[in-house]
Amino acid sequence: MPETMIRLTDVNKWFGQFHVLRDINLDVAKGERIVICGPSGSGKSTLIRCINRLEAHQSGTITVDGVELSDNLKRIELIRRDVGMVFQHFNLFPHLTVLENLTLGPIWVLKQSKAQALATAMDYLERVRIPEQAHKYPGQLSGGQQQRVAIARSLCMKPKVMLFDEPTSALDPEMVKEVLEVMLELATTGMTMLCVTHEMGFARKAADRVVFMDNGQIVEQNTPDAFFDQPQHARTREFLSQIMH
Amino acid sequence: MDKAFNPSPLPPKVSVGVFAWLHRNLFSTPANTVLSLLLLWLALMGLPALFEWGWLNATFSAENAQTCRAAAGACWAFIAEKHRLILFGVYPYDEQWRPLIASLLLILLIYISCLRRFWRPALVWLWVGGLSLFAVLMWGGVLGLSYVENSRWGGLPLTLMLATFGLAFAFPLGVLLALGRRSHLPAIKAVCVVYIELIRGVPLISLLFMSSVMLPLFMPEGFNIDKLLRAQIAIIMFAAAYIAETVRGGLQAIPKGQYEGAESIGLGYWMTMRKIILPQALKVVIPPLVSIFISLFKDTSLVVVIGIFDLTQATKAALADAAWRGFSTEAYLFIAAIYFVFCYSISRYSRSIEQRLAHDQRV
Repeated sequence: MPETMIRLTDVNKWFGQFHVLRDINLDVAKGERIVICGPSGSGKSTLIRCINRLEAHQSGTITVDGVELSDNLKRIELIRRDVGMVFQHFNLFPHLTVLENLTLGPIWVLKQSKAQALATAMDYLERVRIPEQAHKYPGQLSGGQQQRVAIARSLCMKPKVMLFDEPTSALDPEMVKEVLEVMLELATTGMTMLCVTHEMGFARKAADRVVFMDNGQIVEQNTPDAFFDQPQHARTREFLSQIMH
Repeated sequence: MDKAFNPSPLPPKVSVGVFAWLHRNLFSTPANTVLSLLLLWLALMGLPALFEWGWLNATFSAENAQTCRAAAGACWAFIAEKHRLILFGVYPYDEQWRPLIASLLLILLIYISCLRRFWRPALVWLWVGGLSLFAVLMWGGVLGLSYVENSRWGGLPLTLMLATFGLAFAFPLGVLLALGRRSHLPAIKAVCVVYIELIRGVPLISLLFMSSVMLPLFMPEGFNIDKLLRAQIAIIMFAAAYIAETVRGGLQAIPKGQYEGAESIGLGYWMTMRKIILPQALKVVIPPLVSIFISLFKDTSLVVVIGIFDLTQATKAALADAAWRGFSTEAYLFIAAIYFVFCYSISRYSRSIEQRLAHDQRV
């Protein structure tokens, strides 16, 4: 039985009257790679944003690496150190250089020395293949490069889990590939990953499991091959037919 | 033939020269032409007269006011006669080298603080040392300097002091109030909102009156805060409320994603504010902040209403001399020039800061 990294039990959340998450139960094993997909408004982004408490759930429990999320701010900050997040719109800090973006967390949160943080940062910039951009500002980079910096920024915190919230949907088509390549490479390192994405090629190549959400519920989950080739539910089939054209 | 594939076509020739420039900028449309001619006429009417008054017919040195009055032009001799009263108020005449050095010291400190290469923690100690020296020079009572009560301080050093301390304390207080107003904690938010709205709803003059007249009524018997300090506190409180609202505008301009980006790497509230949000928010509001600083500098002149001898009040005192009556134009032009030099310097400095910080706006 593999070790559980994330466990969601009967998680519910409302935005006002709108029931975004309905009785979500999901276990993610250590090193497991999960792709979450579903139509717009189905609650998939909200789901992963609850895991690092960018959104608070209203009932049920979420535990990350054995620690339960609650209103305790110190505990939330501790969990956030272990959970990296990559956003649709990168959310890099525009007033800091790429290197400063990468070393901010390690220096001020993990209390690393500046030299150590810089070494780690350069190492990850090499891995996402843009070491030459280290001293530029985010505004001077292309979208694909910015997203790779954002991935490197999360990795510099040495997280146990990486969350991806539609990492390629704000990118120009020709830049999607370079970001997916970095993510595929990360998938081979044994990192626990949860990706909200519509990149079905990525799901087939990298995911251990595909989770389909609709109306705030998990409708179906399966291995990529089974999911794409023999979808069980009518809603899944309808969704797949729409995105595959 | 293959025009579309011309590798680097040159831009079209731009006509240059005086006439082209004049035509494009001054006489491009009928309305523009009328305006240009009107302004030209105003300049022809006004400038020669001003030059005649201020220079050709002016008196630069005179034994007494009679010589001045005989001439048709400006009486700069009045400034020569009274400049020490205007600049230093009623500070003991023989000791006026002290406020002079103190003022220069304050200006030097401000100048140094504006230079980026001095932006390091040691600057704080420089200020502590500089301000101690300022206090020693102004008060005296040690090192063989005679003691001078602060009710006798006046003129430029007082104005500089009120403005510098006003800014130095109002700015951090204003930032805290702005953060407080956006706080999720209802008690903190309420306190900040009430403070900001109350102070903004009251003119500075009435705050100064309250600080000088009403505050002592509430103080216990025998407990007395110095009048100058009370005025200083009123100025700080007033400026802080305006700074807070301006900074809040900057905070609102920062997208939610910046907070989430900071939270996702585990930064706490104060770290997020210090490293991510405030640097960006303050940059956005540099122009309105500078306007506040400039008005703060000029608003210090309102302390005249409670009888503190700042630059403006000292000038009024100089004008009250019966032997030199009637030269208020010259006197007010003189202090206007002083105010202008300081305010314009602040304005220029903020322009240079904006340009230097513009790098990361290429998004």
